Amino acid sequence: MEQPNLSYIHSMSGGDKAFEEKIINIIKTEFPLEKEEYYNSYNAKNFKLTAGIIHKLKHKISILGLVKSYETAVAFENNLLEGQTTLNQEFESILINITNYLKQL
Amino acid sequence: MNCIIIDDEATARAIIGQLCSNVKELTILEEFPNAIQAVKYLNQNGIDLVFLDIHMPDFTGFDFIETLKNPPKIILTTSDSNFAIQAFEYDCIIDYLVKPIAPERFLKAIQKAKDKPNKSSGSSEPSEKVETTSGNDLYVNIDRRLIKIDIPSIYLIEAKGDYINVKTEDKNYTVHSTLKKIEEKLPENLFLKVHRSYIINIKKIIDIEDNSVLIKRDVIPVSRSNRPELMKRLNLL
Repeated sequence: MEQPNLSYIHSMSGGDKAFEEKIINIIKTEFPLEKEEYYNSYNAKNFKLTAGIIHKLKHKISILGLVKSYETAVAFENNLLEGQTTLNQEFESILINITNYLKQL
Repeated sequence: MNCIIIDDEATARAIIGQLCSNVKELTILEEFPNAIQAVKYLNQNGIDLVFLDIHMPDFTGFDFIETLKNPPKIILTTSDSNFAIQAFEYDCIIDYLVKPIAPERFLKAIQKAKDKPNKSSGSSEPSEKVETTSGNDLYVNIDRRLIKIDIPSIYLIEAKGDYINVKTEDKNYTVHSTLKKIEEKLPENLFLKVHRSYIINIKKIIDIEDNSVLIKRDVIPVSRSNRPELMKRLNLL
């Protein structure tokens, strides 16, 4: 599985360490909340709401350089709007991957 | 250029703020996690450019634009490229940036904003001072109980997905229903749909600005198409 990285954040910061620290802290705060929202709405089978949460998570997936995972998230978001859940496990493995990565930062 | 950022995602606001900090002509005056708060701010402050997320809960970026009479320049920021065609139906939209935003692409959008001549924004227009004129029971089904609500005590009804939130003087009720259904049950002389997501009790209005009304502590957007009817219903001095 592809691994998250900070390439995009570095390209944004231009060496500004304070910004890098700030954005990582925001992601570390915001990601677990969105992940929890995702599990709550998905388990409640509120797929429209879940798609909206994935929409927000997509941005973080892309910020962390996860190109293939981003495509999976886009497909899962669209599938959920049609009531399909086949990409559920694949998407949740992305969330686990990011969770583990953020723990190391 | 005085700018504001509207995005429900803190990460996105931080990134856009960072991108702006590298452009000396841009001054970020405020950031908003939702567009409703920004409507009121825009009514009171001269803003040249808005960085606006499209996909926000309850009140989207397009809802926001619809409430503005003379919108400032807007750069849309979104994770969804599917709205591009719809976006360019609005003259105020300068550019459409797909997240994650590349710095070079951001600068290109700023250049477009600089190149586009200014129009007078809604924020610079004087706000109107109005006086309102203008009163039953309504039973709602909550957890298999029929709860009585005194209709004149309702000041606001807002759509929340498959539910409506009915706000009264002393209590709020979340009911599985639609605005359309409840609108049919309310007296026309007292209630008005001012936006696709809101019905207000016009007797409870505290003040009105160009494109929003203050009811209790809620600032409610008024759609351009609904504003004439609202104004018609008021006793204007």
